[in-house]
Amino acid sequence: MAKNSAKDIEVKAFATHQVITQPNPLRKVLRRVEEKDLDDPVGRAEQALASLSGEFKDWMAIEVQRLSAAWTAVQKDGFTKKTRDELFHAAHDIKGDAATFGFASAAGIAESLCRVIEHAPDLDKVPAELFTHHINAILAIVHENTRLDRISVSAELSRRLRKVADDYLAHVNRDRPEHLEMILSPNIAPGE
Amino acid sequence: MFRIDFNKLRFLVCDDNPHMRRILRTLLHSFGAREVYEAEDGATALEMYSHYVPDIVITDWAMPIFDGLELAQMIRQPESKGNPYAPIIMLTGHSEKRRVTVARDAGVTEFLAKPISAKGLYQRILNVVANPRPFIKTKTYFGPDRRRNTNSAYMGPERRVGEKHEVLQQPSLLDKARSSI
Repeated sequence: MAKNSAKDIEVKAFATHQVITQPNPLRKVLRRVEEKDLDDPVGRAEQALASLSGEFKDWMAIEVQRLSAAWTAVQKDGFTKKTRDELFHAAHDIKGDAATFGFASAAGIAESLCRVIEHAPDLDKVPAELFTHHINAILAIVHENTRLDRISVSAELSRRLRKVADDYLAHVNRDRPEHLEMILSPNIAPGE
Repeated sequence: MFRIDFNKLRFLVCDDNPHMRRILRTLLHSFGAREVYEAEDGATALEMYSHYVPDIVITDWAMPIFDGLELAQMIRQPESKGNPYAPIIMLTGHSEKRRVTVARDAGVTEFLAKPISAKGLYQRILNVVANPRPFIKTKTYFGPDRRRNTNSAYMGPERRVGEKHEVLQQPSLLDKARSSI
């Protein structure tokens, strides 16, 4: 459905580029409905997501197990391309998934860990404590998250670790302006 | 007001994380989609793209074999026998300005930062279905028009030549982000 035939595609040529237009190949799936239409696909999807939530803690446990194993490999073999990539991907997946699974603070700490791995000029010179504090904090949050009084502690832990990591990255990248700009820039990608 | 008949759409979901694939499948089925194909790496996704001819691709960035960025570049081959125009929604944990720009320049249609939400996903799908952008082909780019508004006063260095409204004046994404804080 997503492709029109060649005769429907119109190409306008300009000095440096072409503009290619075609009738919307997906127009047939659009349906006009009354404003009072009661169908709520987003609400339905949120309900379905909520019905999965019973599995989130187990999924999160698998993710942190992977992170822990990746760190163990780094401790054993040092930072090679393979161990570095696995540690980064494990942290990156937690950064992306943890908030959905109900562990928002763990997502923040994983993001901080990703920034250290991505922007430290020499991973072998990063104090090991900076890694272990991040990883242990994620493990603790996931294991202790069932108690509500832990949540504010988790958020504070996440905030402080991010501050320590950012201070470290700003210092070690003081002569690398392109990294410094990326470290200091706010995230801009829309999530909603 | 418009609704999408999801049951007429065919999706290809590409993410190496099985939990995220499960979540995406759940959301898409809840929207009403019936045909949702899944791949766990870029190579499999490209094969499935050729075989199933999906209407919309939703892909992660970081994946084995080749990543979501490379997948987008391989789909956006103007001379390919397949469909180079399918909307590509990049769903990723990366959210930095540099990443968004790189994804845009690879031909990604929409960018959605994790954590995923039903609302965010629905809006991206609605946007690619209801508001498709023209495609632009230059020496170095083939993909949906990277312009998001039509300010004719733009005087930036990358303005195109030869159109009535040649270039767009718009604040950088970074400035927009800063002003919204």
